[in-house]
Amino acid sequence: MTNPAQELMNPALPVPADMQTNIFITTLDKIYNWSRRNSCWPMMFGLACCAIEMICTAASRYDLSRFGMEVMRPSARQADLMIVSGTVTKKMVPQIVRLYNQMPEPKYVLAMGACASGGGPFKEGYNVVSGMDKYVPVDVYVPGCPPTPQALLHGLITLQKKIDGQSIMTVPWYQKGPSEPIPVPILGPDIIDPRQAPLLRQLAAQAAAAPVAEAKE
Amino acid sequence: MAIAPAPTATDLKLEERFPGAVAKDTRKNYTGYIVAADKLIEVATAARDQLGYTYLSSATAVDYLEEGKLEMVYHLYNLGGGPALMLKAQAPRDDAVLPSLVSVFPGADLQEREAWDLFGIRFTGHPNLKRILMWEGFEGHPMRKDWKEAYYEEDGKPFEARWPGGEFYRAEQNNPFGHNVKYPGGFTVEGWTPEGDKALYAGMGAITEAGSAMKTDHIVVNLGPQHPSTHGVFRIVVTLDGETIVDLQPVMGYLHRNHEKIGERNTFLQNIPFTDRLDYISSMSNNLGYVLAVEKLMGIKPPERAEYLRVIMVELTRICNHLWAIGFLLNDLGAFFTPALYAIKERELILDVFEAVSGSRMMCNYMRFGGLVRDLPAGIEARLRELIYERLPRKIDELDGYLTNNEIIRSRCLGVGVLPREQAIAYSMAGPVLRASGVPYDVRRAEPYSIYDRFDFNVALRENGDTYDRYVIRIDEMRESLKILQQAMRDLPGGDIQTGKPQYQARVPAGEAYGRVENPKGELGYYVISTGKPNPYRYHIRAPSFINLTAFGEMCKGHKVADVVVILGSIDIVLGETDR
Repeated sequence: MTNPAQELMNPALPVPADMQTNIFITTLDKIYNWSRRNSCWPMMFGLACCAIEMICTAASRYDLSRFGMEVMRPSARQADLMIVSGTVTKKMVPQIVRLYNQMPEPKYVLAMGACASGGGPFKEGYNVVSGMDKYVPVDVYVPGCPPTPQALLHGLITLQKKIDGQSIMTVPWYQKGPSEPIPVPILGPDIIDPRQAPLLRQLAAQAAAAPVAEAKE
Repeated sequence: MAIAPAPTATDLKLEERFPGAVAKDTRKNYTGYIVAADKLIEVATAARDQLGYTYLSSATAVDYLEEGKLEMVYHLYNLGGGPALMLKAQAPRDDAVLPSLVSVFPGADLQEREAWDLFGIRFTGHPNLKRILMWEGFEGHPMRKDWKEAYYEEDGKPFEARWPGGEFYRAEQNNPFGHNVKYPGGFTVEGWTPEGDKALYAGMGAITEAGSAMKTDHIVVNLGPQHPSTHGVFRIVVTLDGETIVDLQPVMGYLHRNHEKIGERNTFLQNIPFTDRLDYISSMSNNLGYVLAVEKLMGIKPPERAEYLRVIMVELTRICNHLWAIGFLLNDLGAFFTPALYAIKERELILDVFEAVSGSRMMCNYMRFGGLVRDLPAGIEARLRELIYERLPRKIDELDGYLTNNEIIRSRCLGVGVLPREQAIAYSMAGPVLRASGVPYDVRRAEPYSIYDRFDFNVALRENGDTYDRYVIRIDEMRESLKILQQAMRDLPGGDIQTGKPQYQARVPAGEAYGRVENPKGELGYYVISTGKPNPYRYHIRAPSFINLTAFGEMCKGHKVADVVVILGSIDIVLGETDR
């Protein structure tokens, strides 16, 4: 493993040779991101088959703790990363959105596997949501059905790279004012995304205006 | 174990016992009896009490759209072994009402709720007829043949080309919302009041104990669906008196991914990878059950080598599953992750074999109608031998040595969650849970499939039916699996692995078939109806994880709330199969 001091050192700012073991100069962004990327705690949250591979990734052979991510938190309030590991169903999506809203910022979402990314093999099912990104913003997509532990690790390393690239000046969680929670979907005759309510209203009005056209359908 | 030869379903003379009420099912390639709806309870009671068919394995519905009928199909078994007694009851589609069998077979409880939810059959006399996989308030009964999902394209695959003129489109583009949603005509957001969980909690409210000097209220506690010890997205609602459980309701459907509806759109072959994703810890044995059901319809048999390889893979799967189950049972007991890590380590070695033979660690998709997809790759046989003869026996002994006499395990598990023999049968429990309650019923013995009649092994049996026995029986079963594996490895013949040419489109003659296997979690059955088309007309899965939950409430009552997760862990459910 590389010396973290060297990893953080800003080469543009010279430090006298005799002080290099005592002092290192870096930017706030760098040290902030470095500590965040190496202590990204995932939420202990399994949905389906992919959760089994997620557990295998956390077990001794693939060993998630090498990346500072072994502390899986069952509570959303203590987690930084939500690994959506499996098929997202309509019945489950209100809970997932609620959990996402409960996570403190900075927070990230990793869509693990085909189902969480876009519905996967079960996309056509009447109770299946075609991808987690229909409801919450996703940072990293990991393909596979299920992704192998290696693929998940690669996804997590990709997330670390993304964290490296963020700047404290522009990140959303240091902007003025609180961030808006995502409206929790409602279980109606089918799932209702409150953000789509205007569209739903408009389509219902159209259908009411032209009942003949609807009957043709 | 002496098994009295069970009467076969043909010499029961049910028609003579119930003149006018029972008729043989005469449709081509169909078996069983069609029972008049009003006589169903009477016939089922007689089958249970007089004919010895005490075990209701599966109850499911079929929608015969063209005849305008809905049909319930019941598979009853004699616990001495032998084939099923199939009873069928029909109801008109527009007014589907049938008597509930819960009073005769309590194991029908969840299955009838599922039939109500997905097919809209109303069961009179059912104690708690609510939706189970979908939520209350959902529009329609989705498994009916005329119910179309939001992304509906055609009745069956293969679809027409999805990129006419070279331009592809996505299913979202056909939907005005860009989502997988569909609303009934005239639906408005304002007119909708969500049901929420009112219906669920209504029957479980606070009850004040009368006669006690101190006024105590029962409280309702909700566990899950996001809970670290529910083995997935499973939800449990318990009513507590202090810390003691008074009532418990399992709530499921959070992973209901419409396996059966998709399965009826798929071609027969396309369903094999979907079966992997049922009980995703033991995909190989899921394959086997489905393949057996379709092979029954097609009337083909795989070659010898394929049979042996199937048995080897299925028994390895059993060891895999039991290792996982034991590891996570210990997790639930509070030994957080250390025992699980030991178990997962061995499981990884078995997964390496699966990856080598099938190309995937978990979703093997390895079996085909009439054989296997490919033979063992070079070099894997030596590794298999090393595992089966050397490593796994040693490691199972090691696990046994560490855990079985551990004081904490004994004090937390002995006498907890007892399921007596009679109840286990009545609630249609299956697999290790049934056998831990003293019922020596194992499909591999009771109705041998594949080549299980050639191997010398014992049906693991324990008598007490508590959590401890359900743990120990899994160690026993792993040892028995090793016995089978060693014999299969010894006798493994050479030769082909596939009958006939591999084909993309299986031609399946019309008829019905029920293929069942002893999955690590219990009896897994596939009820398949073909009409001669490329797609199955009906594709139902008798899921052991689902039906084993029927008795979960009974097992927990009277215990402390901390025991709920342990009892659940000892039943060993997988949500992919529970919810399908």
